[in-house]
Amino acid sequence: MLSQALSLFVRLLVGARPQWVGCKPDPALRIYYANHTSHMDTLALWCALPANLRARTRPVAAADYWAGGGFKSYLATHGFNALFIQRHREPGGPDPLAPLEAALANGQSLIIFPEGTRRAQALPSAFKSGLYHLATRCPQAELVPVYMDNLYRSLPKGALLPVPLTCTVRLGKPLQLQAGEDKDEFLERARLAVVELA
Amino acid sequence: MNSQEKFYWLFGGILSLLVLASCIGALLHWRARGNETIANLNARVRAWWVMVAIIAVNFVLGTNATVVLFALASLFALREFITLTPTRPGDYLPLVACFYVLLPVQYWLIAADWYNLFAIFLPVYGFLLLPVLAAVSGDTEDFLARVTKVQWGLMITVYCISYAPALLLVEVPGFSEQPRNNLLLMIYLLTIVQMSDVLQYVFGKLLGKHKIAPKVSPSKTVEGFVGGGLAATGLGTALWWITPFTPLQACGMAAAIVVSGFLGGLALSAVKRSLGAKDWGAMIEGHGGMLDRLDSVSFAAPIFFHLTRYFFEP
Repeated sequence: MLSQALSLFVRLLVGARPQWVGCKPDPALRIYYANHTSHMDTLALWCALPANLRARTRPVAAADYWAGGGFKSYLATHGFNALFIQRHREPGGPDPLAPLEAALANGQSLIIFPEGTRRAQALPSAFKSGLYHLATRCPQAELVPVYMDNLYRSLPKGALLPVPLTCTVRLGKPLQLQAGEDKDEFLERARLAVVELA
Repeated sequence: MNSQEKFYWLFGGILSLLVLASCIGALLHWRARGNETIANLNARVRAWWVMVAIIAVNFVLGTNATVVLFALASLFALREFITLTPTRPGDYLPLVACFYVLLPVQYWLIAADWYNLFAIFLPVYGFLLLPVLAAVSGDTEDFLARVTKVQWGLMITVYCISYAPALLLVEVPGFSEQPRNNLLLMIYLLTIVQMSDVLQYVFGKLLGKHKIAPKVSPSKTVEGFVGGGLAATGLGTALWWITPFTPLQACGMAAAIVVSGFLGGLALSAVKRSLGAKDWGAMIEGHGGMLDRLDSVSFAAPIFFHLTRYFFEP
């Protein structure tokens, strides 16, 4: 109910029209990774998926922003079934990727933003290593590059009200970690796959 | 005949046309499978069914529903316009003002029956407010071009389109006293504009040879404009009974609607090309975006409104 209202609201505001360029909306185990420009990204990408995939896909959200209690966490937990992640690993603390791995093992697909933070620009910056570690630990998941246009104009950092703009969500050809590929090579290849969709 | 009966006759006619169009579409599809033009034609007809249904429901619901419906149409059209227009972070405040303040207020003024402010709100207050908000943001690069684009988008998609529901505010003696007659007048405008587009498309596809503006809008031909325009004017004359006009007056009004709608399509096509797009969006299947359907309305509505007000309101 809340999910449906949320999805209607997001569509009204930013359209979130999917374009399946390099893959089909199949129920395969997937990690959708995208450029990150605003808080609307998480919702827009999630809403662009068809309802049957949405039910089994969990956006990974920064715990320090989304899990702080109040309306935002309520929305994240009950609205779009977010999976919280600690952005900063404390020395000796728990492995921040463990919950993601567990969700994938449970057959849930994930949405992640490997830049780690929002940047108000058209093209993504360098990726953090999380995507590489996930690809190493869960090779069975398809890595789907996603480019979201326009949202960096819709909700600039620090702004409260999103400007309604039509956002197209372009989903590209899945890629996989290749044998012998090192971390930086892989992360750059993954980033370029997103840039190519722009 | 009261407005209810006129409504039944008008929509009876429109529905028969749609049934006919769907049958022709099915026949063409059956004869030439996989033809793209025919697939697009059928998508357009399906979208027409939905649009006609929305206008019909809207007639039953009345004034406030009409205002909300057009406010949403303006919202989608403005969204398409701004999506195609390159903006910078410094445009954030003017854009927020357009979407969250100026657009709702403009439509509220119609619902509040406040014509005097409605007519000047965006051309005066909106026009002056937007550059101020952009200046406050402090980004001076391409300042004039950026402000102008936002002002232009607002004028076309909100101000001009809002003149269609503003027809509810016109008071023509002997006509507007009856509830919903003005709604019929608005539906008259929409019918002529849209049928003019459809008929120009049909005549252009069947007979079109001489392109009017090949660079701006390759589908517009002299044959399409003349044939479709005359047919639409004829239809507007034949529908005089849902308006306050005599058949001759209706003929003149329909001609004004056809010509201004055509010019609107032409001008907005040029804007669209300069922004590097073929369609404004993709929300209406087969047609493109909201603004692809409303481009001619945005020119025809204000002109039809002012002609009606000037000649028929004492």
